[in-house]
Amino acid sequence: MEKRLLRDFIGTKLMLGITIVISVLFFIIFFILLARSIPLLGEASLQEILFSSLWNPEKGSFGLAGILVGTILVTGISLLIAIPISLLCAIYISEYAHERIRHILRPFLDVLAGVPSVVYGLCAFIVLVPFTRDYLAPMFGVESTGLCVFTAAFILAIMVFPIIISLCIECFSAIPIELKEASLSIGATKWETVKKVIFKASRPSIISAILLGFGRAFGETIAVNMVVGGVPKIPGNLFNPAQTLASLIASAYGEMMSVPLYESALMFVALLLFIVVVIFNILGVLFLRRSRRRYRS
Amino acid sequence: MNKRVLEQNIFKALMIISVGIVIGSLVFIVGTIIVNGAFSITLEMLTQTSSGGYYLGRGGGILNAILGSLLLALPATALAYLIGIGISLFLQREFLHPKIASLIRMSLDILWGIPSIIYGIFCLMIMVALGIGASLIAGIVALTLLEIPIITRSMDESIKMVPIGLKEGSYSLGSTKFETAIKVVRRQARPGIIAGVLLGLGRGIGDAASILFTAGFSDSIPASLSDSTAALPTMIYHLYSSPIPAVREKAYAAAFILMVIVTIISILSRRMTRKSMRYIIK
Repeated sequence: MEKRLLRDFIGTKLMLGITIVISVLFFIIFFILLARSIPLLGEASLQEILFSSLWNPEKGSFGLAGILVGTILVTGISLLIAIPISLLCAIYISEYAHERIRHILRPFLDVLAGVPSVVYGLCAFIVLVPFTRDYLAPMFGVESTGLCVFTAAFILAIMVFPIIISLCIECFSAIPIELKEASLSIGATKWETVKKVIFKASRPSIISAILLGFGRAFGETIAVNMVVGGVPKIPGNLFNPAQTLASLIASAYGEMMSVPLYESALMFVALLLFIVVVIFNILGVLFLRRSRRRYRS
Repeated sequence: MNKRVLEQNIFKALMIISVGIVIGSLVFIVGTIIVNGAFSITLEMLTQTSSGGYYLGRGGGILNAILGSLLLALPATALAYLIGIGISLFLQREFLHPKIASLIRMSLDILWGIPSIIYGIFCLMIMVALGIGASLIAGIVALTLLEIPIITRSMDESIKMVPIGLKEGSYSLGSTKFETAIKVVRRQARPGIIAGVLLGLGRGIGDAASILFTAGFSDSIPASLSDSTAALPTMIYHLYSSPIPAVREKAYAAAFILMVIVTIISILSRRMTRKSMRYIIK
């Protein structure tokens, strides 16, 4: 009996300990990144770093504007492609598709969600890069190596599909059938029901799906790094190479030890990435919780 | 009236196009990997370690990357499971106030969304502070951190579903909270636990960004925890743009093997979940 109680005591305390450590992991990461980026912040003002587009670590200039613009462009365009397609696809699967088709489509989405990002990057590099270089860019009358904003955004969009689609399907199917029936019974077409009832009722979940998709796209490192070109300047058009925050960290880690402040600058980039992604994830999770509460019970 | 039906038809067509695009993109990914990768697989590729360093090394195969991936992801998943099971059982009502549990769930959800490169760079900082270089152990730690939120939250979702009556039955027989959690709840939640662990394994084995600086790269199979090691994702990342076709072949073969492993994990997850469903009380 004594032994069992002792085991209970030790087991419970162990679980408590692990839980506390992991709960504060988030803050540990934040403070370590912050502490590491202080040397850079002591050297240059925040404005200088964020609004100067001169990134030249060898000469000691760490302007992030070009990289920030690149990140926003790549992420924004990928979401512009992904959001409408994912929403329409989710509506089709949850409202229009036959039960049998739905059963075939779900595993497809699971497979797409499970593909490692480096494989996405490789596929983009093998197929999309030559395609953009040889066909797409000349069609718009520009020269391009194919390693550019557009290619990165396109592959990111494909990576974001399964996230937005599965979150949307989950919330579309949680909407009470009575709501849809009420709309259909007063003579609305199915599309009108989708537009005015389903979209309206699931607005928080759609927003949360988009926010979480944004978080994923914003922080995606490897796939973007493989096709974005890695030039830390403001891109002139969509077929110019650019650089994103996450991708910069991956490509610069090898050389950072040799230049003073370089490491600190990269930590600052990581900190920026961390803060943005965390804000979007918190918003996304809050919206998701609100929408789940709405139709539960 | 006609206009409304027209609108409906237009959007229905758009929906079908969208579904086509999504399926098409999957076919594009899988097709590209099969077309390029399947023919790069030779016996030599699978049984020899690579030689001559990365980028320009023509010789050898990818055995070191395959084994490296397993040596990184399997221990990391085991560690993440041990930590995750502790947390997810502790999030139950008996141990923790639901409000605090909800906050911890939120922090896990946020950790889930943090890009893996952040975990990589975080571990790199710890490694620099401790004075250790790129090694198997550092890679395992980075992957464990990456997998903990995934595994914990998936297990937690299924532990939440364990009927209260079952736990009460266990308590009424005089078992302690810990015994109930380990022996009753864990067993009842097994399908969800298996699914969570395999989800974490799939994510861990395919992730490159977190092990890029922590595990490093090497031509040989790691002999100890302090050796740096190659893995399939980092192999692809380092070799894909090489000017030498033979080296690129290695990256394609690695991608093919990686896709096979990920697919096996996802099929396994489905089957094992269904199988273990038989042993729970409904």
